[in-house]
Amino acid sequence: MSTPPVLRIVEREALVFARLWRGIAFSTFVAPALFLGAIGVGLGGLVKAHTGAVDGLTYLDFVAPGLLVASAMQLAASESLWPVLGGVKWMRQFHGVVATPISPGQLYGGFVLWTALRSMLGAAAFLLVAALLGAVPSAWGVLAIPAAGLCSAAFCALLAAYSIKLDSDLSFPMIMRLGVLPLFLFSGTFFPVSQLPSGLRPLALFSPLWHGVELARDATTGTFDVAPVLAHIAVLVACIAVGASFGVRRFSRRLSP
Amino acid sequence: MSGPMVAARALTKRFGAFVAVDGVDFEIEPGEAFGFLGPNGAGKTSTMRMIGCVSPRTAGELHVLGLDPAHDGPDIRARLGVVPQEDNLDTELTVWDNLMIYGRYFDLPRAEIRERAAELLEFVNLSDRRDSRVDPLSGGMKRRLTIARSLLNRPELLLLDEPTTGLDPQARHLLWDRLYQLKRSGVTLVLTTHYMDEAEQLCDRLVIMDNARIVAEGSPRRLIADNVTREVVEVRLPIEADLDFEAARLKRFGDRIEPLADRVLLYTDDGDATAAAIMSEGFEAGSVLVRRASLEDVFLILTGRSLED
Repeated sequence: MSTPPVLRIVEREALVFARLWRGIAFSTFVAPALFLGAIGVGLGGLVKAHTGAVDGLTYLDFVAPGLLVASAMQLAASESLWPVLGGVKWMRQFHGVVATPISPGQLYGGFVLWTALRSMLGAAAFLLVAALLGAVPSAWGVLAIPAAGLCSAAFCALLAAYSIKLDSDLSFPMIMRLGVLPLFLFSGTFFPVSQLPSGLRPLALFSPLWHGVELARDATTGTFDVAPVLAHIAVLVACIAVGASFGVRRFSRRLSP
Repeated sequence: MSGPMVAARALTKRFGAFVAVDGVDFEIEPGEAFGFLGPNGAGKTSTMRMIGCVSPRTAGELHVLGLDPAHDGPDIRARLGVVPQEDNLDTELTVWDNLMIYGRYFDLPRAEIRERAAELLEFVNLSDRRDSRVDPLSGGMKRRLTIARSLLNRPELLLLDEPTTGLDPQARHLLWDRLYQLKRSGVTLVLTTHYMDEAEQLCDRLVIMDNARIVAEGSPRRLIADNVTREVVEVRLPIEADLDFEAARLKRFGDRIEPLADRVLLYTDDGDATAAAIMSEGFEAGSVLVRRASLEDVFLILTGRSLED
């Protein structure tokens, strides 16, 4: 029985992950747990003492899904920048892949799929810690894991398509500081977007992270309407589709010029 | 398969206005070792990449294993082995994992990959390094691992792009030895090189490329016989010598002369006699050397440039 080429790429990434997991464990599992402790419990205590509920939730319940998806985004962003350029330019293993029956587009697809899966692994660990801290009131909460995966795939699809054709990593720190960090801070992660100045509020609609966070928060709190959920999913799927239309072409042009 | 392994007609590759390969014709027969020889930038790698189905042709015809790369790329690549110019091993992984992963790219069953990987590591003398990470391996070991990797799918056609560039002489000889064995087992080899000795050692037949075109084709022996005299006398000149003046003085001793930066080459059928004549003219014996004509001379005569330029 043959394995689809995209999954053979996932196999490769999973093997690298399995070999290197000790080095990766901290960022995937431990760091989010520290965030949850410091911001959710520590800062959340202050919020509770001063303002009480946030959007009808305890601050810990509010911030946990935000941090969960935000860390998925950060993982996707960092995986889609340096490792992609490394694969084509520094370590060059992508060139080895496309010399086999696997095409550049399939390599791209496998890469995005793997990044989503790995983010879901991190999200699962995160959710477990959050549940232990009492931050997941609803059993629907498990759906925060696919929400994180979808959001991660959206970022990876767009950023990997961008990175593949670069010749240097000069722009990457800028993307992290001026792109990923503001999204991290202002996408309804730490406070509701209703706290933003009214002129800036609509900008949240353009943040894939906000859509992911809203989905995850709907899941962990178990209170949601179907229409917005479908809209959030549609936006993230659209990001993946746009990324893929560029990504497949750009991977082909770079790796099979 | 009855036809040629690779057949190209008017094969052309352009990148924008730049012409990398300019209408070349060649055929590579089953079981032969075929070389593309030429200086850097001659179009060898671009040609190899088209054969390897990782670069679409701009114009002309190309068939690899009887199939058209434009439509059957994945099917062709499944039957090729590729040793690229620059190593692209998974440096984060061990030698063994590199082979396991690469075999999976071809969708080979794991048990089969394990069996072949063990055999191939034996073949390239790396069995004792199977659990070592790739990063700390020497250049020669990495090349050998890349060769082992390229053989996992039992390719009918093995493409080697400058297989020994950057290796020390011992590592090169070990590699050549393995390539010989492969050739004897019936694998068709296609290689590019800018080393004359490599082309003479390994190739049954080769084409010389220069400026995106093929300028000559034949067996190494044939190419030398057709284009050069049997022997060459090299006269090394002192740094302060006036090259033009010395070349003019030497002209009458050879059928043809080529002045280089630090020496003059004289093409002649009787090297010893020519050398004796030159020395009687006052040139120091230590600066006069007689050798057999090589592909290097063919290249020099056909293009007016030396290969290492």
